[in-house]
Parts: sequence; structure tokens; C-alpha cells
Amino acid sequence: MWFNVPLFPERASTLANQVDYLYFFIVLNTVFFSAIVFSVAALFAMKYRRSKHPKAEQIHGSMILEIGWSVLPFMIAMVMFAWGAVVFFDYSRPPANAMEIYGIGKQWMWKFEHVEGQREINQLHVPVGRDVRIILTSQDVIHDFAVPAFRLKGDVIPGRYTSVWFRATQTGTYRLFCDQYCGTLHAGMVGDVTVMDPAAYQEWLSGSGQGSLSQQGEKLFIQLGCVTCHRSDIQGRGPVLAGVFGSQVHLADGRTVTADESYIRESIMFSSAKIVAGFPNIMPSFQGQISEDGLIQLISYIKSLKPQPGAPANAPAAPGAKPPGK
Amino acid sequence: MSETTHAVAHEAHNPNLQHHFYDMEQQKDASSLGMWLFLITEIMFFGGMFAAYLVYRHMYYDAFAAGSTSLNIYYGGINTGVLIFSSLTMAMAVHSAALGKQKLLVFFLLVTLGLGCVFLGIKAIEYHDKFVEHHIPGEHFSFTDMEMPNGKMVEVRVDQGQAQLFFSLYFALTGMHAIHMVVGAGLLTTLIIMSLRGKFNAGYFTPVENIGLYWHFVDIVWIFLFPLLYLIHRIHNV
Amino acid sequence: MATTPTYPKEHYLNHDFGIKSWLLTKDHKRIGILYLLSITLFFFVGGFFAVLIRLNLLTPDGALVTADTYNKLFTMHGIMMVFFFLVPSIPATLGNFVLPLALGAKDVAFPKINLLSWYIFVAGGAMTLWAVMTGGVDTGWTFYVPFSTSYAQSNVILAAMGIFVAGFSSILTGLNFIVTIHRMRAPGLTWFRLPLFVWATYATALIQVLGTPVIAITLLLVGLERGLHIGVFDPKWGGDPVLFQHMFWFYSHPAVYIMILPGMGVMSELISTFSRKPVFGYKFVAFSSLAIAVFGFIVWAHHLFVAGISVYSAMVFSFLSFAVAIPSAIKTFNWTATLYKGAISFRTPMLYAFGFLGLFTIGGLTGLFMAALGTDIHIHDTYFVIAHFHYIMVGGMVMAYIGGLHYWWPKISGRMYPEPWGKLSALIIFLGFNLTFFPQFILGYLGMPRRYHTYPPEWQVLHVLSSAGASILGVGYLLPMIYLLWSLKYGEVAGDNPWGATGLEWQTASPPPAHNFVEMPVVNEEAYDYSKEREAAFV
Repeated sequence: MWFNVPLFPERASTLANQVDYLYFFIVLNTVFFSAIVFSVAALFAMKYRRSKHPKAEQIHGSMILEIGWSVLPFMIAMVMFAWGAVVFFDYSRPPANAMEIYGIGKQWMWKFEHVEGQREINQLHVPVGRDVRIILTSQDVIHDFAVPAFRLKGDVIPGRYTSVWFRATQTGTYRLFCDQYCGTLHAGMVGDVTVMDPAAYQEWLSGSGQGSLSQQGEKLFIQLGCVTCHRSDIQGRGPVLAGVFGSQVHLADGRTVTADESYIRESIMFSSAKIVAGFPNIMPSFQGQISEDGLIQLISYIKSLKPQPGAPANAPAAPGAKPPGK
Repeated sequence: MSETTHAVAHEAHNPNLQHHFYDMEQQKDASSLGMWLFLITEIMFFGGMFAAYLVYRHMYYDAFAAGSTSLNIYYGGINTGVLIFSSLTMAMAVHSAALGKQKLLVFFLLVTLGLGCVFLGIKAIEYHDKFVEHHIPGEHFSFTDMEMPNGKMVEVRVDQGQAQLFFSLYFALTGMHAIHMVVGAGLLTTLIIMSLRGKFNAGYFTPVENIGLYWHFVDIVWIFLFPLLYLIHRIHNV
Repeated sequence: MATTPTYPKEHYLNHDFGIKSWLLTKDHKRIGILYLLSITLFFFVGGFFAVLIRLNLLTPDGALVTADTYNKLFTMHGIMMVFFFLVPSIPATLGNFVLPLALGAKDVAFPKINLLSWYIFVAGGAMTLWAVMTGGVDTGWTFYVPFSTSYAQSNVILAAMGIFVAGFSSILTGLNFIVTIHRMRAPGLTWFRLPLFVWATYATALIQVLGTPVIAITLLLVGLERGLHIGVFDPKWGGDPVLFQHMFWFYSHPAVYIMILPGMGVMSELISTFSRKPVFGYKFVAFSSLAIAVFGFIVWAHHLFVAGISVYSAMVFSFLSFAVAIPSAIKTFNWTATLYKGAISFRTPMLYAFGFLGLFTIGGLTGLFMAALGTDIHIHDTYFVIAHFHYIMVGGMVMAYIGGLHYWWPKISGRMYPEPWGKLSALIIFLGFNLTFFPQFILGYLGMPRRYHTYPPEWQVLHVLSSAGASILGVGYLLPMIYLLWSLKYGEVAGDNPWGATGLEWQTASPPPAHNFVEMPVVNEEAYDYSKEREAAFV
């Protein structure tokens, strides 16, 4: 039984390769310096033990040694730093056309929502060889989405969206863990990531009957009355949303922000936090009325709204509407 | 310090010398350094709250500006003047002690204590006003209108959660400051009693000096609190 | 010309009798012993929780205790060990006892505040123990929000307030030590003649004084939020949960340096005494202590690399985290070089020093895996981190603490501990420790998450090895308890300077008189001056 003791995790993503090479470099460094310290200490302990070397020589130091053993480790440390930063930079910048899957962490399970409408609980199906970005939020406390075979993790935080991305390199099933203590069944918040051939993945996708996320979002958009102010022309009391996702938005207090998932979420839940320049502060807050799933559907829908030719995205509503004073 | 060995046997020394110290100078230096270090820890303590305040002020600009405007600038201003003046009287107390003038020392300590009480009294009035206006965080919090300096009531439309955060930080900061003032008042009272009993003279007044340092520190914290809470980005006309 | 060691007739232990003379003492030596008793109690409470954790992890289904109980166990293990054992350990026991002696002073600068420190510590400890016994806490010692403020159903506020109170003990001790070192050195004892243990204590005290108030205010805000539902950290009410992490780690990272610097100070003393020569590179070691204290304050966000901070700030903190490793490396090389052409003896304290050298080297080098952003992504919040910090705190600090306790035991008690038992315990601890924690590096890279009471069955062998090691380690810790107590009555008389060591504490009787020195010492030699022949009955 004990030759089956696993000693090293599988490698199933492009990130895993990068991380492992850096890991081996640092392991080498660790072994090297430990070996030096251990062997030199052991050598001195033997050679200069009192019975053999009863009179100690009163040596105070050596500037050359001090410089040497400060500068050399520092240089090696800088190599590790730079290498680690490069890998991290890559990890933090999802490729532009990565496919997106939404994930919600909640005590004590994972819910994944594919854009095409498929929903999974504690399971995540992804195609091999494609860039996949998981957009994550929490419904309650901080969780962490971790897949050791991908060498990947990222915190999942309530009230905002975070994301991780990966490209799986081999098919198979890999464990998913929650890696941020979140309460009683933290250890039970585990699942599986199943990496499939592209064809098998497509087939699996077509099994949902609900309509895509953005279609569900459109239904909600109408049902909640968003469409009454956020019309597709400039007659609405709220800004036109076509093309807003990803654009720079000018706010009433003078700031400019990028309209990402977190911005959209905040505008729905804490509407008076960021008011677009030229619009009155009249949007009601939908806190408590929409679930995280609903928010994801709405965001999906808003992302899908392309700008109409010729129409400015955020023009002020009726002429004569006063900007809020300061 | 003396280069020669020195027996620990008793010899004539200041009755205020504590026995683990070698002489009064060492004792004074040690006490002084101790108080300075303590004040540095207080800076770190308040600093954490200042950091939280600054972060949230940046994030929730509008709500915090409205919150600032709702604080009574007259009370805050008077309190600032009261505290600064009390630092002056405290310095005069230390000066009197150095000159060995006991009556003057007691007088200035009493004035300082009195001014400190005035500060706390005005603070109590402010807190009471906040209570009446439902601006105290908790179940009954409601920041929907506020009184402007000219007496007019105006409506406020900001996110309630963010506004509650402003007031939480306001009460945490000024409350912590007020607790320090109360401790300071206690220390001043102790000093007054000790002075009346003739404990201090021109050769020994270290506690007066050190408590004076503490009082100045509490004053400086207020000098930061007042502009940060009451003044910056105050909305002047609505 | 060996003279028989004698036991003094009057000393600090028989200067005064009765419970009042202990509970109202202003003598730093007695206060050090009061702390020794309290932290030993907390060590065994925290250790008991560790035993239960490792027992539970023998099986993948973790069926020994319920999930909630397990969560409380690791929380309370962390809280007890960090705040009530490691942070006070060497400073409050050995520091309190040795520092004034090493400086040639009669006591610390503020003896009454020293006693107050102990009472505050006991009060905080009592509050936390009360929280533990009336239902426990299950937030992790890190109290992350919004779980701790809005979801946990346990004694969060009570435990947080216990830690808040104990923090003031740490601040006051640090303040006392800084003033003592600045103002109460004997004539001739300039800064660069100070023992390196004093430098390390000084650097630790700086961190205690500057860092602890921040955890105080952070825990206070957690308590206010939990009690009054104000939204400082909970996003439901507009707060920022990551702000908590910044504020928490702003103290808790420097805290880990509070939990190792004193051990490094002890290392310097042990290596030099048992090699009979000065520490190699004295000034470098002294300044490294200060550098660690300073740099320790600017690396905190390396605990937040995957919490969503910006890439650029992550890179800054990664760089700084590598920088803070360098002074520790410098010290390690200097200690090793001290052995060169020494006259080395392998008494128990020296065995602990060798253990520290090896285990701290591994612990420190494994920190680099986390300082490097790329690898941290994978090993963050896994057993790799647990292995890393236990190598430093248990393999490093606890070994230094036990080694220091044995080293200064003759000074504290006037008697020697039984040497064969000392050596045996050191060996058992070393072996037990490695068996417990080395497999955890492997588990961590495999992906075993922290704070899990169940795990995939294929990892069981590694967990069993770790638990087996823990049982051996436990035995190793119990033995010194027994034989040190035994030695109080039956140990050989030690005499003033059983090790023939330099340092002012060895120039007075063992145990010392109540006021430390009969005549105030004057210093006119450099630190660690072993050039003259010194009598050393026990080396």
C-alpha cells in the first residue's frame, strides 16, 4: 500500500507547468543551501569538538564573507522574485477571448453557470486546450476556488467579482477544493473539474433546456422593471446600457471607472454609490431582491448588449435635467 | 554615569528615588522615555482607525461628505479651541512645577481639568444631538436629513450603509478619544491631589511633565480628528 | 583549579516567603517565573488541541470529532499557541529573568508595570480560556470576515477581547524592555558590548510596541461589527472584507518576527558559550535583528496574494518578502561560522542550538516558496504553509526556548538539570518534530488544504506519519517538565557560572540575590571575550 503514496500532484494545465519549473528551482536552492549549512556545521562540530580542539580561536568576523553571503543569496532571491512575478503576471491576465463560466461559492457548495445555460453543482465541465475564465463571487463568506492539478487558486469574495483563468492540457477529472476556511463544512466544499475533449464538451453543453444565461438575464431585466429607465434609446431616465460593459464611465463626482462585472453589480445593489455624470440619483437599490444567480444572469445580458451604430452610450436623459449639485 | 563601582548601600538621596534606579537623572530619563514610547503605541492604535477612515472616505465619498456636513462645526470648533487652550494651561502647569510654585501649579492643573470637562460636556451635547437625529449606528439609524449651520433642515440622499459606516467611524474615533480624555482627567485629578500634598518641587516634578506629554498627545489627536471628520469636503451650499 | 560550586545562603527565592510575596512581587526574576508557569499552562492547553487534531486526521473520514468541533480545535490551538505561548514565551520568561542581569541592572525600568503586565496577561488568558470552555471559537486564529463578524456561532467576541487584553501585556513588556536597555546599562556597557540576546530582545520589543496596537484596534472593530452590526468589514453593509485582512496582517506578520527574534537571540548565546568564542560577525547579527524588525512591517500583504490585490502591489510585497529573508540568512551563516575553530561541547543547550540551526534553515528557506508569487498561487492555504511556519516556530523558536531554559536553568534555580535526560529529550523532540512536519510539505504541494478535518483517502499514509511524529514530539515535551521539576530538589549545585560563559548574569550567584548584584558591575571588555581562561565546571 505504501508504494502508492502520492508524492507529487498531476499536472493538467499550462499554469501547472510554469509553477512546477519555478518550484523545482526553489527546491534546488533549498536543498543546496540546507546541504551547505548542514554539512559545514557537521564538519565543524566534528573537527572542532572540545576533546580534539580544546582551545578556541577568537575570530571576530570577515567582511568578505559577510558581503559574499549577503549578496549571493540576494541575487538568487531576485531571480526567484522575477520568475515568480512573471508566472503571476500570466496568471492574473486572462487572455482576451477566454470562454467565461460563472461560479458562485456559498456555504458549503459550488454552483457553476455556463453561459449557454448549463448549471452544475460541485462539478465543473470544461473543454481541454481552451482558455477558460471562471468569474467568481460568494453568496456569504470568503471562499477560495482551488484546483491543485491546475496549480490554481483564487479567493472568492462576497460583494464583488474575482476571476481565475486556466487552459487545461489533459482530459481527466481533477479535485476542486475550497481553500479559505468558511465554516462548518469547509472540508465538505469539494468537487470535481472534468476536462473533456472539445467534441464531448459540446455534446454535454447541449443538454440544458433553460436558455442561455443572457436570455435568462433579459427576462429578469424586463421582470424587474430595469427596462423602464434603461431604454435602448436616450429617452430613458437611466443611461443606455448597450456597449457599456468594458467601457470607461464618467461619474458625477468627476471620477472615471471601468464598467466591469463588479461595477454592474454595485450599480444594481448600491445604486447611489456611483452615479453617472448627467443623470439624477434616482435608481432604487435592488439589495435583497436579486440572488447572486440573478445578478450573474443580468450581467451576462448586459454584456451581450452591443452598442447601436451612432448612439452615444451614456448621454444625459432629458435636456434640462440638472446634474446633482455638490 | 559614574565610572567607579558604587555600593548599593543606602546613602543620602532624594526620597522620590526608586531603588532600582541609580540616581534621579536615570529615573527621570527612564520615565520620560517610557511615556514617549507609550505615546507612540497610541499613535499606532489611533492610526489603524485613521487608516480605515481614509480608505472608506475615498471609496464612499458622497456619503462621507454628507456625514461631515451633518456634524456641528460650531461645537467642533469651540472644542478645538478649548483643547488647544488647555494644552497651554498644561504647559504653564509644568512650568510652574519647574519653578517650584505649588499654588500656581495647582491652579493651572485645575484650569486644564476644567477645560477638559468643558470639552467632554460639549461632546456629550453633540452625541445627544446625534441620538435625537437618529444618526447613531444601529437599529434606529436613519440618515435622511440633517441640520445645516444656518439652522435649515435639508434632505440627504446617500447610501444608508455607507453613511452608517461614516458615523460608526465617527463614534469609534471620537469615542476612543473621549475615553482617553476621561483617563487624562483622572490623571490630572491625581496630580492635583499629589501637588496639594506637596509631592512636587523644583527638583522633582517628573509625573507632571509626563502627564503633560500625555495631555498634549490627546490634544494632537483631536487636531487631526477635527479637520478629518468635520471639515474636509464639507458641503457648503445645498 | 576547580572550585566546588556553592549554593548561596540568601537569594531571590528565599528573600521573602508566602503567596503575597509572589503575587505582589516587583522582582523581575519572580515575575519571569510567574510568566513561566502561566505560559507552560497555555502551551499544554494548545498542545492538547494539537493532539486531538492529529488524532482526528489519522483517518480520511475524520470521524473522531464533528466538523464544528474540529474547527474549534484548530482555532483554539492557533490562538493559544500564538497569543498565549509564543508571543510572550522567551521575552516574558527568559527576557524578564535575564535582561536586567545581563545589563548589570537591579531590575527593569518599571517593575510595577512589569507586574501589571503579568496580571493583564493572565486576565486575557482567563477570558480566552473561558471562551474556550464555554463553547469555543471556530473562526480560525485569523478571524477572517465576514465569517467572524456575521456567520460564526461561537464565542468570537469573548475570545477577541481576551486577545485584545493580552495585547496590552505585550505592549507594556516591550515598552519596559526598551527603556531598560536604553537607560539602565551598567557603566562601560556600550551598545556594541551588549550580548546579542539583548539586541534581539530590543528588536522584538520594538515590534511589540509598534505592531500590537493595530491588532487591538482591528479586533475591537470586529467586536463592534459583530455586536452592533455596523458595516466596517461586511459587504452586506457596505464594508470591505479585504480591508480586515490588511489590518489583521499588518500586526500578525510582524508578530511572527516577535515569535522568532528572541529565539535567534538565544541561539547567539548558546553558540558562543558552547564554542568558547565570540559570535562571528557580531555587528552584522545585531543589525540583522533590527533589519528584520523594520522589514517585517512592510511585507504583510504577502498573505493576500490570492485575495485579489493588484498585480503591482503583489510584486512590491513579493520583492520585500525576499528582502526580509536576507538578514535571517546572514544570521544563519554567522552562527555556522562561529563554530569554525571553536572548542565545541555538546551539552543539552548546544544540542537544541544545532537543532535550531538545521530546522530554522529549512523553515526559512521554505518561506521563499511563498514569497515567490508563482508558487504561492498553488501552496497558499495548504499544508505547505503549515509545515513552513511550524518548522520556524516549533523547530526554531520552541527549540530555542527549551534550549535557553536549560542554559539559564542553573541561574534561575541554582541547580543543574540531569544531562543524560536533557540529551535524550532533545533527540526525541528533534526526531518527533521532523516526522510530524516533513510529510506536511509533501501534503501541501499535493494540494491538501488547511483547516480540513477530512481528506482524500490516498493521502492517508502521509497523515499517519505526521500523527505518529506528533505523539513522539509530545513525549519529548513532557520529559523536560518532569526532570526540570525534579532538578529543583535533586539537581547538582550549579555555582555562579557553570558554563564559564561571558555575560554579566554569570558574574553573580546562582540563584542571584534579590537585588541582582552585591556591587554594581563595571564593564571594560568586549562582548563574548573568551580570550582569557575561564573556569567551567559543567562544560
